[in-house]
Amino acid sequence: MSRAQVRTHLDESVDVGVKEYYFTGGEPFLNPEMVPILIDALEYGPATVLTNGTVLKERWLEQLAAAEEASCYSLEFRISIDGFCAEQNDPIRGEGTFDRAMEGVALLNEFGFLPIVTAARSWRLEEEDRVVDAFLDRLRGAGCRRPRLKILPMLRLGAEETRSSPYAASDRVTEAMLEGYDTSQFICEQSRIVSDRGVHVCPILLEMPDSLLGAKLGDADKSFALKHGACLTCYQHGAICSNPSAGYRVPSFSKSTE
Amino acid sequence: MSIAATRVALLGGIYSNYLALQVALRQIREAGVDAIYCLGDLGAFGPYPDRVFPLLQQYDVQSIQGNYDHSVGHALDDCRCGYTDPRDNHYAQKSYDYTLENTSSAGRTLLRGLPEKIQFEMGKHRVLLCHGSPTKVNEFLWESTTSTHYLNVMLDDLEVDCLCATHTGIKWSRHLNGDKRFVNVGVLGRPENDGQTCVWYAILSEHDEKPLEIQFVPVAYDFQRLAREMASEGLPEEFQETIMTGWWTTCLESLPAKERKRGRF
Repeated sequence: MSRAQVRTHLDESVDVGVKEYYFTGGEPFLNPEMVPILIDALEYGPATVLTNGTVLKERWLEQLAAAEEASCYSLEFRISIDGFCAEQNDPIRGEGTFDRAMEGVALLNEFGFLPIVTAARSWRLEEEDRVVDAFLDRLRGAGCRRPRLKILPMLRLGAEETRSSPYAASDRVTEAMLEGYDTSQFICEQSRIVSDRGVHVCPILLEMPDSLLGAKLGDADKSFALKHGACLTCYQHGAICSNPSAGYRVPSFSKSTE
Repeated sequence: MSIAATRVALLGGIYSNYLALQVALRQIREAGVDAIYCLGDLGAFGPYPDRVFPLLQQYDVQSIQGNYDHSVGHALDDCRCGYTDPRDNHYAQKSYDYTLENTSSAGRTLLRGLPEKIQFEMGKHRVLLCHGSPTKVNEFLWESTTSTHYLNVMLDDLEVDCLCATHTGIKWSRHLNGDKRFVNVGVLGRPENDGQTCVWYAILSEHDEKPLEIQFVPVAYDFQRLAREMASEGLPEEFQETIMTGWWTTCLESLPAKERKRGRF
């Protein structure tokens, strides 16, 4: 999308009352207008960009640091990787991409940003503490005094369909499962994603034909049937795309102790 | 509810900090206000949660229900603070388990009965008090991650002129369209990650139908005693350090970039 197109949607977002803005791709920084787009967004509200961290340039970060300083809003960088070491990440993202992403993280720290490294959980849950602690040590070694992480559940879509397995037909949210459930945990209850094709229900289902809800943000406030396998992952984990500062609890199905 | 208030005191999360609450309530009584409200989360973080209740009663403080109050009142198994990071949840659980165990049955009954919101009028201004946000008790309304138009639309939809919340632990306010106002009143429970040991509350005033005015008031209290009592109750050293230094040491992952950068950790 061009800067002008994004600006049009930002203007539309004011009447809708959008709280914050996330930018994702592909790799957003392959868009030659990405830096001015982020600077524009910071005039409207908080902005988060999801990048692989491998193409960042010092002059861009200089401009973005100045823009964030001048704004009352946060600019968050989310660095996406597919594992906390080259052995896990590179087979999926390409040879050398893990080290380059870590260089990006270090560069962002040099410019005063506190990037949130985001990885899909590709390890067993019982290994989590060991894996996370080792990675935090590595980040500190790379110059991150205050490392920030976001761990995402594995979505069995795209390449992951063949790497593990696709969602089975039975992997669906049922009406019975929604009884007593806090539906605001679903991404589609709290956000929309805009592409050059229009406004879609959520970033995960972007390529699904039924994800397109309208041309403008104001047209896309309609309910969506939770009929995809990925909806089950959203149901189980909640708020999987938001930053931790959004403050939506991970559903734990807490029960009274009485 | 309509009150002839021209000046009200707004207390954010108390988090069991009865020592700061005591000082704040004395200050407020001396300054003179028409009403005192607490925006929820009476217990959490600090020691002896039951010591808060008699003070609120003595000073006729009207409270609303925070996420902590709801959880403790109903004896749920976590605080529903809205943290999504395991490191935040680790410490939140320690705080919650202690608070639940040390809140009396009478205290829990009181917490269960608190209203979710309070609305009143000050002159021509309609004021709404909530804990996190009007739609979600554990929504974080941080200064750097809440767009102005989000608040404008929210206040228009609710048909109010001033919205007050707490929950994040750091005070801020913003002028909105048409002389409307959003206020995060801060908290009495712990310092706000700026290296100062004081805590804060807010006074909302109305003068001659002009836009509402907000004044944030610092509270200096015996924080060393609070830290000692936290230690004697076995609460984590990290919590005591926050009370002693004014820097947050836990629950840091929920902070947005700007608020995180202002802190030490």
